[in-house]
Amino acid sequence: MEKRFEVVIVGSGPAGLSAAGRAAELGLSHLLLESTTHLANTIQRYQKGKHVMAEPGFLPLRSSLPFDAGSREDILAAWLQNAKKLGIKVAWNADVTAITGQRGDFVLQTRSGKSVRANHVVLAIGLQGNPRKLGVPGEDQPFVQYQLDDPDEYLNEEIMVVGAGDSAIENAVALARQNKVSLINRRDEFARAKEGNLKQLEDAVERGRIKVFFNSSLRSIEAQSNGEHRAQVSLTTGEGDMQVPVDRIIARLGAIPPRDFVESCGIQFPSRAANAVPELTHQYESNVPGLYVIGALAGYPLIKQAMNQGYEVVEHILGRDIKPVDHGLLAKKFSGLPFGLDVEQTLDKIKKNVLCFGPVNSLRFRELILESDVHTPKAGEVIFSRNDYTNSFYSIVEGSVEIEIDEQTGKRVTVGEGQFFGEMGLISGRRRNATVYAGRYCVLVETPRRTMLRLLSSVDEVRRRIDQVFILRAIHSQFAPNSNLEDLADLVNSAELRQYAPGEVLFAEGESGDELHLVRRGSLTVSRYLHGREVVLSYVPAGKYVGEMGLLGNSRRTASVRAVVPTETVVMKSEPFLALLERDPKLKAQVQTQLQARLRANASMESSTEGGELLSFLMRQGLGEATDVLLIDESLCVRCDNCETACASTHGGTSRLNREAGPSYASIHVPTSCRHCEHPHCMKDCPPDAISRNASGEVVIADNCIGCGNCESNCPYGVIQMAPIGGSQPGLWSRVLFGAEHKKVKDKEAPKRAVKCDMCTNLKGGPACVRACPTGAAVRISPEQFIELVRED
Amino acid sequence: MHGSFLSHRGGFWFWFALTLVLASVVAYVWHEPIGLPNGGSWLGYTLGTIAALLIVWLTLFGVRKRAYYSRLGSVKGWLSAHVYLGGSLLVLGTLHSGFQFGMNIHTLAWLLMVLVIVSGFYGAWVYWRYPNRITRNRDGMTRDLIFREIADIDRKASLIVEGLGSPADRMVISAIQLFQVGGGAWQQLGGRDRSQMMIGVLKEKQKSWKRVSNSRQQRLLDELTGLLSRSTEPKEAALLQELIDLVSRKARLLKQLLNDIRLQGLMEIWLYCHIPLTLALLATLTAHIVSVFFYW
Repeated sequence: MEKRFEVVIVGSGPAGLSAAGRAAELGLSHLLLESTTHLANTIQRYQKGKHVMAEPGFLPLRSSLPFDAGSREDILAAWLQNAKKLGIKVAWNADVTAITGQRGDFVLQTRSGKSVRANHVVLAIGLQGNPRKLGVPGEDQPFVQYQLDDPDEYLNEEIMVVGAGDSAIENAVALARQNKVSLINRRDEFARAKEGNLKQLEDAVERGRIKVFFNSSLRSIEAQSNGEHRAQVSLTTGEGDMQVPVDRIIARLGAIPPRDFVESCGIQFPSRAANAVPELTHQYESNVPGLYVIGALAGYPLIKQAMNQGYEVVEHILGRDIKPVDHGLLAKKFSGLPFGLDVEQTLDKIKKNVLCFGPVNSLRFRELILESDVHTPKAGEVIFSRNDYTNSFYSIVEGSVEIEIDEQTGKRVTVGEGQFFGEMGLISGRRRNATVYAGRYCVLVETPRRTMLRLLSSVDEVRRRIDQVFILRAIHSQFAPNSNLEDLADLVNSAELRQYAPGEVLFAEGESGDELHLVRRGSLTVSRYLHGREVVLSYVPAGKYVGEMGLLGNSRRTASVRAVVPTETVVMKSEPFLALLERDPKLKAQVQTQLQARLRANASMESSTEGGELLSFLMRQGLGEATDVLLIDESLCVRCDNCETACASTHGGTSRLNREAGPSYASIHVPTSCRHCEHPHCMKDCPPDAISRNASGEVVIADNCIGCGNCESNCPYGVIQMAPIGGSQPGLWSRVLFGAEHKKVKDKEAPKRAVKCDMCTNLKGGPACVRACPTGAAVRISPEQFIELVRED
Repeated sequence: MHGSFLSHRGGFWFWFALTLVLASVVAYVWHEPIGLPNGGSWLGYTLGTIAALLIVWLTLFGVRKRAYYSRLGSVKGWLSAHVYLGGSLLVLGTLHSGFQFGMNIHTLAWLLMVLVIVSGFYGAWVYWRYPNRITRNRDGMTRDLIFREIADIDRKASLIVEGLGSPADRMVISAIQLFQVGGGAWQQLGGRDRSQMMIGVLKEKQKSWKRVSNSRQQRLLDELTGLLSRSTEPKEAALLQELIDLVSRKARLLKQLLNDIRLQGLMEIWLYCHIPLTLALLATLTAHIVSVFFYW
């Protein structure tokens, strides 16, 4: 009978290694399965000398292995040494392909055909996924690689690179410097590759350094013991079969996302969303009893969190009731609350009271509260003000708040216990549209944007509940602040949410239609066909509406409306809306006035086609999702670069804008500089959640940045750079008299952080670039001013 | 929403400077000094003091421009004031002299002041006119893009000539190797192109290679079109035509680039007069003031 381990851990990253370390320390029978031949593969693949940070700083480390901020090498060496000392048992090259069974009787199959039995399984495979293999005989030969660390390692070899993505092209080009390279593409073009890479490839092909086989695939790989080359590859090409001698094969076919594998183990995900994480209990146990999930796969991307979970999961398996490491943090968070309850009871109370958190499981709820702030404001205190740019989400645990929905009359509505507010800013990414005052004895939970977005994408029920209230409030505040909520029931119930991709048409000129769209996120352009061309007439940001003409009786659309960026609208039907207008003549007059204003603006745009061209140019540059953008009027710019120098001088020597780069149209130049998007792409995947938006709108990166570079690659506008920390700033006079410049850190391996435009938040006078422009060429404007700019020109 | 430094705040500094000029002219006409008008009268001292303070303040523009943390107005506002008040100095300083010129340090100070102001006027003019010219010439390209495209053309051309053989290959490759833009200030400002190439010449029935100018790629185009006109082989003709197209494109980019360098140079060159003259003026001004008080 083969041995059955008490606990088998899959994956030797920070989470798995820490779990194995604790198991070893406690003398538990354990086995750590690692698919490669070394520990912590993801960390191994960091670039040499990379400085790894230990975020979040407030969280203590709880692990049998050490971890502190430092270089990749130091961290890996410390882990390896401690793994040996603790006696962790590792099985190398153990790529798990299936996990079956349940608590007390799990069987794990590995790719090499071995099976391992276990009472408990801890899944800690991270999110990187395994490289996709070739899937042909010979795919596991030693000269077949799925990664390339150092292309200069190989010399005068016949190398075959397989794949059509950027990594395949980059590898092929790099290897071609001192080898003969062939590149195998299954299709007839490189559709996924970056332009720069394509150009390099084209070059190398023209020079005869790389031979590309299109419409080709491998059939088999046969090792050759005698002969000039190591192996013979059978290839099916568009022109028939052929044999190619090779010394090495590098396959870059992407990674298999781990989700399918995880689901094949029986673990359920709550939604199809790409960033959904499995449902887990307090003890990190999945819906399969005895199968635990920790680390990035469980939604905890930071090393320290993952290591803590590794430690805790082993304690949980042993049935020990240890308090989570965050217990003290929560206790401190709750210390100001008037409830007189302990941590667990307080958590229960919040969860019970706040309606929209009902469907959230307890582990995720704990995390949510840990990332949230708890407030007990005094009555009358302002929670946030109209036009603030904050985007956190508030829920009311006890008491109530008052929302001022009409600035002129000061009319307020009361929102009571269990309700929430702030969802508009969260969803639209724009300024707050009302001021909120605290009521008496109120207790609020403020949840950051990212935490809320993660929740919305993984728990459908929460999203549904929030959307429902969103529609009601949006309609109420936009059209009927004086009506009772009951009067709106018909309109609200018939309204629906619709999503549009960039460029998608909501409705076209000449169509008939009677729906009104209230933009809830993203933005739209309105355009018409004039003199045989489509001319953009206006830009509609979130919070505004289009299509009211159709509702007011003219059912033939007089213009086309198109989404600029991913856009979501609340669609209202004409009948209930007309009924509302009939009841409220004042509202009808107001809607008509607004319509007239728009028609007038359109008419004036129609008289200047150049303005329309400029507006559509700005939209093509992605400014439809901007909140504040730097533009340069080239008819005034003397190219002195004082804007860049000012930026560098006030920001540690690195300019966050590149004046010359970027496109121009009709003397308006869009330099490479942050436009502070409504829904910043950079925020999408920041492990320490270091990117946030200030109340005044700037998207900024905080000091807890770990330098991972995710934001740099997520930004579609290329405005984020990785810059070394430190350096020294010369004084004003040495700059004036001797032209001294900022001294940069020379050490190439010095820790780096992501830097971008922060709109000079910390400078009292405002953005240095604009203030330092001697000729008035540089301006910062918000999208609302585009029309103004376009008319001026 | 935005506008030039010349019209900053509705031309506030223009009107301010104009008022200052008119006021001093009126005072000068109205004033009846003992003897000829000169710097030693009460009006002379007043105008002199205002002018000296203005000069010091105008010089401080160089400091304000680099004081990126300063909240004392915007650099644009400063430049606007710098231009108009600097212009007014021409009148103030001259009235201060009472039109008494001679071969002395005082007149030198006045002369330097005039030169600084005139160079400044030129600067204001180029800052007003040149940005548009540069934009039009660039036509959506940046220098970096132009250089990259030229490199791309060179690469393609050198691949094509591999199939052509001598003498086309030697000419094309040498034209690439001896391609040169920029250079000294005169080359830059004159938009001159010092590129060269090698051509084959027959000398006493011996073939040798000679360097000739290839300004604006014209010589290379002449040689290649000559080869094409004599070519009898269709394949060779096709390659030559391809080369000619590439070189023509390069010539166009080159023209754009040289123009850009020239315009940018003209827009910046005046600072190389304006600043040193300012420093000389400050020194002379100090000498002027010291000597006046010393001999008093």
